[in-house]
Amino acid sequence: MIAQADSSDAFVRWDWIWGHLDLIWEKVVEHLVLTGIALGVGLAMSLVLSGIVLRWRRTYAPITWATGIAYSIPSLALFAFLVPITGFTILTAQIGLVSYTLLILIRNIVAGIDGVDPAVREAAVGMGYSRRRLFFRIELPLALPVIIAGLRIAGVTTIGLVTVTALIGQGGVGFFILRGLNRFFSTEIVLGTLLSVILAVSLDLALLGAERVLTPWSRRQGDAS
Amino acid sequence: MIEFLGDVAVWFTEHWDGDNGYLMRLWNTIRLSALATLTAAMIAIPTGALLGHYRRFGVSAVAVVNIGRALPSFGIIALALPITIRIASHVPDGVPIFGSGLGFFPAFVALFALALPPIFTNTFTGVREVDPGTVEAARGMGLTEGKILRSVEIPLASPVIIAGLRISAVQVVATSPLAALVAYGGLGRFIVDGFSIQDNVQIFAGALLVALLAILTEMSFGWLERRLVPGPLQLSAQDSPTRKLRRRSREISLPIPP
Amino acid sequence: MIRLDRVSKTFPGQATPAVGDLSFEVAEGEVVVLVGPSGCGKTTTLKMINRLVEATAGTIEVAGTDITSVEAPALRQGIGYVIQRIGLFPHRTIAENIGTVPGLLGWDKNRTATRVDELIDLVGLEREMKQRYPAELSGGQQQRVGVARALAADPPVLLMDEPFGAVDPIVRSRLQDELLDLQRRVNKTIVFVTHDIDEAIKLGDRVAILNVGGVLEQYASPAEILSTPANQFVEEFLGDDRSLKRLSLTPIASVRLERGPLVDATATRSDVEATMKEHNVDWVGIGAGSRLDGWVWGREVETTAGAAKAAPFSVRLSASQSLREALDSVVSSHTGVAVVFDGDDYLGMLSIEQITRHLIQ
Repeated sequence: MIAQADSSDAFVRWDWIWGHLDLIWEKVVEHLVLTGIALGVGLAMSLVLSGIVLRWRRTYAPITWATGIAYSIPSLALFAFLVPITGFTILTAQIGLVSYTLLILIRNIVAGIDGVDPAVREAAVGMGYSRRRLFFRIELPLALPVIIAGLRIAGVTTIGLVTVTALIGQGGVGFFILRGLNRFFSTEIVLGTLLSVILAVSLDLALLGAERVLTPWSRRQGDAS
Repeated sequence: MIEFLGDVAVWFTEHWDGDNGYLMRLWNTIRLSALATLTAAMIAIPTGALLGHYRRFGVSAVAVVNIGRALPSFGIIALALPITIRIASHVPDGVPIFGSGLGFFPAFVALFALALPPIFTNTFTGVREVDPGTVEAARGMGLTEGKILRSVEIPLASPVIIAGLRISAVQVVATSPLAALVAYGGLGRFIVDGFSIQDNVQIFAGALLVALLAILTEMSFGWLERRLVPGPLQLSAQDSPTRKLRRRSREISLPIPP
Repeated sequence: MIRLDRVSKTFPGQATPAVGDLSFEVAEGEVVVLVGPSGCGKTTTLKMINRLVEATAGTIEVAGTDITSVEAPALRQGIGYVIQRIGLFPHRTIAENIGTVPGLLGWDKNRTATRVDELIDLVGLEREMKQRYPAELSGGQQQRVGVARALAADPPVLLMDEPFGAVDPIVRSRLQDELLDLQRRVNKTIVFVTHDIDEAIKLGDRVAILNVGGVLEQYASPAEILSTPANQFVEEFLGDDRSLKRLSLTPIASVRLERGPLVDATATRSDVEATMKEHNVDWVGIGAGSRLDGWVWGREVETTAGAAKAAPFSVRLSASQSLREALDSVVSSHTGVAVVFDGDDYLGMLSIEQITRHLIQ
């Protein structure tokens, strides 16, 4: 394979970027949609699986093992396993993306709930909270900081993984990276990578902001003598 | 389904030899990953240890991990290519490694970059979090700074450092399939080539090989970690899972999927 | 109000029961303190009343109803529960914490808000704390909120598990006084668990002394236990200073005070000597009517009592304090008496003879 010269001399051609804002926007939206679906489904599944783990402790080891295996498989390989089964579709991408979120989310949800002060739990049950109300009104809100920490990690990771889905026909901003690679057009590669980083950092900050808003009590510290 | 798996099995018997066989490509992948990780270690461990010893830039360790997590590995590998091509065009023909700017050179550069953060951060944090009392005692006994670092801090930080190496190695191996996109002849080739000609058997076989290598790497390093680190210092013996998750190390002990 | 009938609890995997065959009753409006060494099952017994622990044998009735005939959450919503670690909900404001059970019971917002205000005043906190979060309060304040929270739905019964154990002794003493004061006003049926016999004596109308395995050694008023311990275990548990403990139960007001060797400022040396001889002391107090300015050694009076330099009485007690505090003042003063005041008005003084006379009766 003989290297061809770049299609231009500049490493990044800003005029090209300026001229393709529509396409860029389209791909950014696509990227966010893919991420959103993956995180949403991943969170829902993780909540269910965590519920199971919290109820029947013995399932923690096998569930962690299974999601851990999924996590260890390189993303390209995971998508490749799925392609013969589900083709080059969004479904393939989503199955892969969701699998990667499960381990970290389940670990954080379980740890968050376990981390609730036992005195608070005892007081709540002693006052007459039923199991269900205890979980939703007391344990879950107090576990929120740890859960959101997990969401941040899962979110940032997912945004990076979505770029890889360009290889199976999806891609979001990975579209630019792939096309830039194939056409030896460095501008697109830089664009794709930069956009991915910006989206990841933005999501991280947005979730951090959400945590601040949702947990006003953790900010206030008094003289607690 | 069974028929498909049968085809895959057959594939394995037919494609093992030659430059494009999976044995050769397996070797290529291992070669690339090992070199990238080792080179990164040679840079990151001394740097991390020094900065950790002088206990500066604490925020940087966490920042490095967070930034590392936000960088898409696909993007990094792709980004390496135009850079290495430009560099290679200034290097005379015939010099090894640089070649035409494709293949090993960009793959190595990208994986090296990806291997740095976990090793750096773990070494930095590991050295930094050695009990200050122990360090002070050593200093009080008359050990020089260098000796303290070598004989006290690094040994005590070794579990965390080795964990960092493990994370880095696993991450590199897991990202290596993407090297096929810059024309490197590793195991990823089967997947990427299979995608373009829509050969499901090749795709699946390639995925199997890559997955097995990744899992094997994770397991061997885990085993190595357990063998090398003396019992009381083992990470699993020290922290409860909950506490582990709450400290910064929660962000360190999780590898980034490629 | 509360009746335990042959109640036992054996935890799974354990050979001996934590509580074995325990029976006692708590009358309405009574404060009963369960006290005993570790392993006596006092906390387990308490938790069986609101079914945080399910009894393995026997029945428990609250207000005539068998507690197993009601759903556990509903039962608990009708019983106040205060624990040592308090367990305030960190993610809710003080007002929201206090309003928890009313919320569970479905009270409307206005009724709850009024009740919260009532309780904040009742436990001695300031209204402006309502919007704060628990992390902003001190330990003593948090415990007060815990009590308010337990009383919110006005339950007839209050269960308290070593609630004052986690605060320092000064705050603890204050909280104990406030609990007694509160009880005078709301008159709840309270079951209180502690390992501190002094706390039990101070707070309980009746005290149940439990031995390991939930064995009830004695169940009677503090005065009775102190004067007639049922057996050696109770004696040892009460400690070597039983008599002193009894003194702490008696307020000064219930003992007759004496005027003491008092002279006014114009008294001459011979007046002073006469007074001293009468009371068999070598000092006199200087004052008149309801005023007491100080005291002076008799030998330092040369012309008149007023001319000599009088020293103040370092401790002034009030009539509501106990004989134990009076004894403390007596043994630590030069004069050997404890002086009792009502504000600035002098009421009288106590000597050690009067105090011990009270014990011997």
